[in-house]
Amino acid sequence: METKMRGADIVVRSLIAEQAELIFGYPGGAIMPVYDALYDYHDQIKHVLTRHEQGAIHAAQGYARISGKVGVCLATSGPGATNLITGLADAQIDSTPLVCITGQVAAHLLGTDAFQETDMMGISMPATKWNIQVRHVEDIAPAIAKGFFIARSGRPGAVLIDITKNAQVDFGEFNYQPCQEFRSYVTKRPISVPALQEAAALINSASRPYVLFGQGVILGKAEGELKDFLDKSGIPAASTLLGSGALSEDHPSYVGKLGMHGNYAPNLLTNQCDVLIAVGMRFDDRVTGDLSRYAKQAKIIHLELDPAEINKNVKATVAVLGDCKDSLTQLTAVISAKTYPDWMAKFRTLELQEKEAVVQHDLTPTKVGLTMGEVIHIINRYKADDAVLVTDVGQHQMIAWRYYNYKKTRTQVTSGGLGTMGFALPAALGAQLHDYSRQVICVVGDGGIQMTIQELGTIMQTKAPVKIVLLNNNYLGMVRQWQQMFFDKRYSFTELDNPDFIKLAEAYGIKAQKVGERGDLQEAIEDMLIHDGPYFLEVVVEKEDNVFPMIATGCSVEEVRLH
Amino acid sequence: MKRYTIFVITENFIGLLNRITIIFTRRGINIDALTASESRIPGVHRITIEVTVTEETVIQLVNQIEKIIDVIKAFHHEDSGVVYQELALYKLPVSRLDGGLEKIIREHHAKIIAAEQDFVVLELTGHKEKTRELLELLKDYGILEFARSGRVAVAKRMLTIDSFVN
Repeated sequence: METKMRGADIVVRSLIAEQAELIFGYPGGAIMPVYDALYDYHDQIKHVLTRHEQGAIHAAQGYARISGKVGVCLATSGPGATNLITGLADAQIDSTPLVCITGQVAAHLLGTDAFQETDMMGISMPATKWNIQVRHVEDIAPAIAKGFFIARSGRPGAVLIDITKNAQVDFGEFNYQPCQEFRSYVTKRPISVPALQEAAALINSASRPYVLFGQGVILGKAEGELKDFLDKSGIPAASTLLGSGALSEDHPSYVGKLGMHGNYAPNLLTNQCDVLIAVGMRFDDRVTGDLSRYAKQAKIIHLELDPAEINKNVKATVAVLGDCKDSLTQLTAVISAKTYPDWMAKFRTLELQEKEAVVQHDLTPTKVGLTMGEVIHIINRYKADDAVLVTDVGQHQMIAWRYYNYKKTRTQVTSGGLGTMGFALPAALGAQLHDYSRQVICVVGDGGIQMTIQELGTIMQTKAPVKIVLLNNNYLGMVRQWQQMFFDKRYSFTELDNPDFIKLAEAYGIKAQKVGERGDLQEAIEDMLIHDGPYFLEVVVEKEDNVFPMIATGCSVEEVRLH
Repeated sequence: MKRYTIFVITENFIGLLNRITIIFTRRGINIDALTASESRIPGVHRITIEVTVTEETVIQLVNQIEKIIDVIKAFHHEDSGVVYQELALYKLPVSRLDGGLEKIIREHHAKIIAAEQDFVVLELTGHKEKTRELLELLKDYGILEFARSGRVAVAKRMLTIDSFVN
């Protein structure tokens, strides 16, 4: 069945054909025909008007991370499109599936510096998995089909489709053909049997094996397979930032978190294991510290989907290329059931040291000022098991990650690779809009929230019941910590004079409360979590508190510091 | 550091060359020479890139290039693994022609491919060392212009493009 319709209708019909339910966007001249078409399909596809295109794309990221679906974003040409760049780079580095559609000036004006013309192909190229400019109406549907396929398959990523205005208003045939494969793109590889056998032999003969898991487990929907593997193998396992939630922290094999502000034992013992099994993680520099002193004693097994990640940072003894859902299943079948009580005890001993040196201070402080840690500690007590934690970037991000009790998969949304301040508020909105009934807790600092604070307006308009917890120390805390530690306490431009956040939230019609005393904290958090609707809780925390443990830049994982 | 030839077999889409060169730019690596042309299969292009890097780096580059969605295949060879050729053109003023120059042209097997009232153009095909040697000699003859092509190359390995395309 073929019918002629406007290019703009083809855009919307194609999105519906790809089962997109929700678009985050902002209208403008070059995308107006698509907005006009959306008017006709509002019963089939919803659109959320954010207050800034950056808000739209971060919201789409939050939506994608929680739903596992492709996030969709719509913007106009020129400034509308360039405002998406941070989000594209963020989604690309964190493997978040995204399709962004931007309007573009009419084809005959391309290259003439026309009003609101930007070379979006050139600008977005390094920040996308794939991008394309569509200049003819008949190319719209195939581009969207290919875009969705590329965004969600293989290692997911960001796709940008730039559509000239003439293509949106011309009439063309609509006969949607989903894209399933094309010759230059390999999405699935069979697991190499020799590699798998070699990996199994290494695991079976190991005396101190150690598993590091990352977001690849979540993206590959291999949480069950990871659990089965750990249940049988008895190997201690630690999580990267984005891997958190892939394994319940209550699992007996779980030993903690990796990286610059991860846990003490998982970092330190990386340099004592004899076989390191990396599952769906990419040995980011924030995880490895100094590469020349990273796990040199260990044989490395790398289970990874993206061939370009193999041997990129850490040379693998055995690389098992392919979907970790397959490789973990096959590995579990051939490894021996074991336990490593002495090895596991080492983790637990160091964990106790961390408890005494760091955790006690963070969670049960003796000082007057509130710590970020105790806020998260109380949230843990009252939150739902599947509550989503959305964080921004900085001290609060590391503290919230360290102390939040992850029990279910897809409960974390944060900007990992790019470290985008301003990410949390819109991302929480997007996560919440995927499911109004889910508890979404947005923990954010006073610096980051002000980068995208305009999205309070979108929260107001959508009534998304996001619970915003502002941890306010009147500082750009992480930068201040570094200034204290590495720049001789020269606090150069890190102190903030802040607005009255409560008045601000209330101006947006959001119920708000401010807490500064320990005695009021628990009740305030309870009030927030049971409130029906969006809620803004400002907690005034200790001005100059630091995040530990820490692996300083250029140090080895075994040089992780407790203070 | 060694000289490598990277072969890239791609779809013929707008912007792909840009995507490939970004990989070099981002890592601060200079491309020594680059040629792009059609392959013998319609719609399939081949790009030949010459680069001087370590083996580790060339492997990373090839992995990153192959990760590009519309790249069909990328691989690399050392000089010993390829048959390659370059073409150089030399423009000389007629006023400086003499017997010595004739000898140089003969010895280097260069060809005169254009002769105008004021200048002649010599052509020499050969590896960089050879074309550079002639350039040095021609400097004494008041050379006006010099242009050298990027490397065109075929791999010695008996694999054909068809095996990647299908």
